[in-house]
Amino acid sequence: MNTLNYLPTLLGLAWLLPLASFVLILFFGPKMGKAGKCAGYLAITAIGTGFLLSAISACIWCSHYPPVAVSHEAAHAAVANDQAATGTQTVAGTRTEAALEKTAAEVADAVVTDIPTLDAEVSEHAAAPVVREWYTLCEFGSLRLSFGCYIDALTIAMFCMVTLIATCIHVYATGYMHEELEPMVDHQAKLRDGSPLRRPGRYHRFFQYLSLFCFSMLGLVISGNLAMTFVFWELVGICSYFLIGFYYERESSSMAGNKAFIVNRVGDFGFIIGMMIFWSALGTLNFGDMPVHGGSRTPVATTQAVESGDPVANDAVVTDAGAVSESASNEVVDIQPGIFTLMRGATLPGDDDPHRLSVPQGFIDLARGAGAEDPEQFAYILMMIGGLGIFCGCVGKSAQFPLHVWLPDAMEGPTPVSALVHSATMVAAGVFLVGRFYPAFVPEVLLVIAAIGCITLFVAATIAITATDIKKVLAYSTISQLGYMFFGLGVGGWFAGMLHLFTHAFFKSLLFMGSGSVIHAVHTNEMTEMGGLLKKMPWTAYTMLVGCLAIAGAGIPLIIGLSGYYSKDAILAQGYSFMTFEGGSNPYGGLLFWVPTFGACITAFYMFRLWYLTFLGKPRDAHRYEHAHESPWSMVAPLVITAVFAIGCAWTLPVVNGGLKELIMQAEPAGVAAGSQLGEIVQVLMPAESLSHEHSIHVFVSLLASGLALLGFVVATVIYALRKIDPQKVADTFRPLYVLFKNKWWFDEIYDVVFVRGSIAVGGVIAGIDKLGIDRFADGLATQTRWISKIDEWIDRCIVDGCVNGIARLTYRVGDTLRQVQTGNIGNYVAWVGVGAVLLLAIVSMLYLGIDVPVANIPIR
Amino acid sequence: MDLFWKIFDFVNQPVGATHYLAVGAVLFCCGLACMIAKRNAIGVLMGIELVLNGANVNFVAFGSPALWPEAKAPLGLDGQIIALFVIVLAAAEAAVALAIALHFYHTHTTIDVEQANELHG
Repeated sequence: MNTLNYLPTLLGLAWLLPLASFVLILFFGPKMGKAGKCAGYLAITAIGTGFLLSAISACIWCSHYPPVAVSHEAAHAAVANDQAATGTQTVAGTRTEAALEKTAAEVADAVVTDIPTLDAEVSEHAAAPVVREWYTLCEFGSLRLSFGCYIDALTIAMFCMVTLIATCIHVYATGYMHEELEPMVDHQAKLRDGSPLRRPGRYHRFFQYLSLFCFSMLGLVISGNLAMTFVFWELVGICSYFLIGFYYERESSSMAGNKAFIVNRVGDFGFIIGMMIFWSALGTLNFGDMPVHGGSRTPVATTQAVESGDPVANDAVVTDAGAVSESASNEVVDIQPGIFTLMRGATLPGDDDPHRLSVPQGFIDLARGAGAEDPEQFAYILMMIGGLGIFCGCVGKSAQFPLHVWLPDAMEGPTPVSALVHSATMVAAGVFLVGRFYPAFVPEVLLVIAAIGCITLFVAATIAITATDIKKVLAYSTISQLGYMFFGLGVGGWFAGMLHLFTHAFFKSLLFMGSGSVIHAVHTNEMTEMGGLLKKMPWTAYTMLVGCLAIAGAGIPLIIGLSGYYSKDAILAQGYSFMTFEGGSNPYGGLLFWVPTFGACITAFYMFRLWYLTFLGKPRDAHRYEHAHESPWSMVAPLVITAVFAIGCAWTLPVVNGGLKELIMQAEPAGVAAGSQLGEIVQVLMPAESLSHEHSIHVFVSLLASGLALLGFVVATVIYALRKIDPQKVADTFRPLYVLFKNKWWFDEIYDVVFVRGSIAVGGVIAGIDKLGIDRFADGLATQTRWISKIDEWIDRCIVDGCVNGIARLTYRVGDTLRQVQTGNIGNYVAWVGVGAVLLLAIVSMLYLGIDVPVANIPIR
Repeated sequence: MDLFWKIFDFVNQPVGATHYLAVGAVLFCCGLACMIAKRNAIGVLMGIELVLNGANVNFVAFGSPALWPEAKAPLGLDGQIIALFVIVLAAAEAAVALAIALHFYHTHTTIDVEQANELHG
């Protein structure tokens, strides 16, 4: 029995536990202990169990596919070997991934002899995803919507990361939200008479939303197709809306919630368009290859599902995307290819790279159906638009330029929410989706992703310099770091971007929880009212220092560093590789490298500015300083745990010679590592990621980034710690820039004028047209109808009714008259009979015998 | 005067069909007058009997071979049989009518037909 088969069940359980917790709290929340206190424990139990299950899954996965480091020398030797084999020509499609990995593995075998599990066989079929279909929602002909899972190393790692951070934050929230256990007086929500709002505590409701969020986020991670992703995408969106608006009595909170939701709609519109393009072209939304029983379209039941995984099994069916499937009962004869296979599986004759991105037949058919003159090019453009659409959704969710404006406002929510939803997990979902959907993006789309990421990381970093609200600084820092991830992904660094997602999740949740701990102690967000808190709350201060160091990418170059050092380094190295690739022919290559590199300097500056302003110097508000205190253990413990991960999560662990980096590397889409890809519309050439491990690149970028970060750190120290330069003077010197940054580049104002006022103006014009044109026309019609109906009514009343009533009246009169005859006197009747008889006789006589009827004429006998 | 002589002539004729018819007509008219004028239900019944018998006389007169010697075909017994039939009918009618009268008397303690006007219009 292959233990990989347990993965869908284990992860599915970890996914559904928070849902159960949500439902229970929803119905019984207020009754759980005093003021719903036990709701918190229930939610922690659910997510904690989820973490345990995820950890077990990770162990199972690692026992099958050990995430073992290939030493640097080996990797470089592999690249060198490969280059030697294929000549110096590095243009698209000259390398095969299998060949690369095989050589890498052989060399590794030779160099690292103490790893017996690594052999060429394993690494060639490395880490096939486990694909299942759980439930079919509906089928339209060949199109079908279903719930399923796509489990690869990335899914496993995301599950562990999300559940671990969520568990920490749940524990943290029991401390942070304890005020909600009592009836609250909300001083920020004023009633009409100016008095503060009094309301019952909403402790249980907070955990209810957190549970729902965990369920949605895990569903998003595990989902096996785009439609399911979209469903959970929207679910995390609504959870974010609920949690931002947790203090919905405050106007700013409810406005921020609305803003987040509406801005996300803009991105989701693009998502839907992209999804429709892929669906209509490929006829499936599944990521992976779905085994279908007996060639029929019956859904695959979980129990009978194909056993995925064991790569050395003899009857394994190996598909192009690398999904390895076998069946216990040999029932499976048909594999329904998923998007990745369709996009990357169509090998052209003479092309020795099996995973090169090529235009699938479905797109060409679609283009031909649309009557395009050049179907191939039209199909390529369609692929581009589809990819951009999907990315558009990610821009909204991950708060990238130009849709980044909602995230700073989202800080209105409670701080645990900011730590979990708006820094570590949900906003990273956009990055996750780009990473997941990476095989389907053409180089042009990647260039757009890189550009957007680059703009975002710079703009957000500059705004973070001048912000004084501690959470706003972190929010802009989050946007900036997400920009780094997109930039890394966009220049071909799948692994770099994904690694930064994980490291960022740890140190940013740490920083947010630290800021929450500070806010909890001093009851303000403004750093101008803090200062000198190091003595009062050392645990918070030092863990936050770890976070600052991690995000700044501190480390001893080329030897060891905090987690951020590795990820940022990988991203910048890939950027450098992108710039210099093929003699620097890539468009905007220079800009795309130097801006993020300079951004590293800004990052270090604003993070240490935050730390110095908060913890060093003299207390700027004596009253607040007096009341400050270290937070309870429930808040400190999560800080320490995340600090540990912020330091070491990217390390290659010494005993097992592997770690998170190697685990993520397993999920790298086929064809990304080796295949350099040339765009058809824009001449953009994506360098293979393995190239950025080149020693010269690595050393140069590592030293440059560390130097710049050090520069930022030094500047911050000089200005804010040593107070050698007055910050106010600096601000005055760079007045225009300071105003620009302080006003957040006027994005909100521009959007207000262009979109909000624009919409209102357009609405006003349309309302005018309505009133003057359509309403008048409708009114005129109505008036005419009234006139016509009045005439009609008169006809009805006088003529039709008159006839009928007249007849009735006449009948009545006649009857009334004739009634008089019916006297009831028998004599009268008899008299009438007699008269009648005589009359009858007379008439008959007159008619038959002539008027003249003399009795005497009757012959008498 | 002329009419008087005509009647005188008529009366002086030997008895024929016309005389029978005259008697029938007189009976009929008497009966009718009786029905109209009488307030007593029994009297009205009597009037009815007179009317029926006036008709009967006509039937008998028209059906008598003695009164129609010049008839081309035998007259048969039709007139007489119908007369008999009428007599039977009159008997039955009298029985029913008397029962009604009796019942009416029970309910109204009178047989004045002027009082029996409850169904008037």
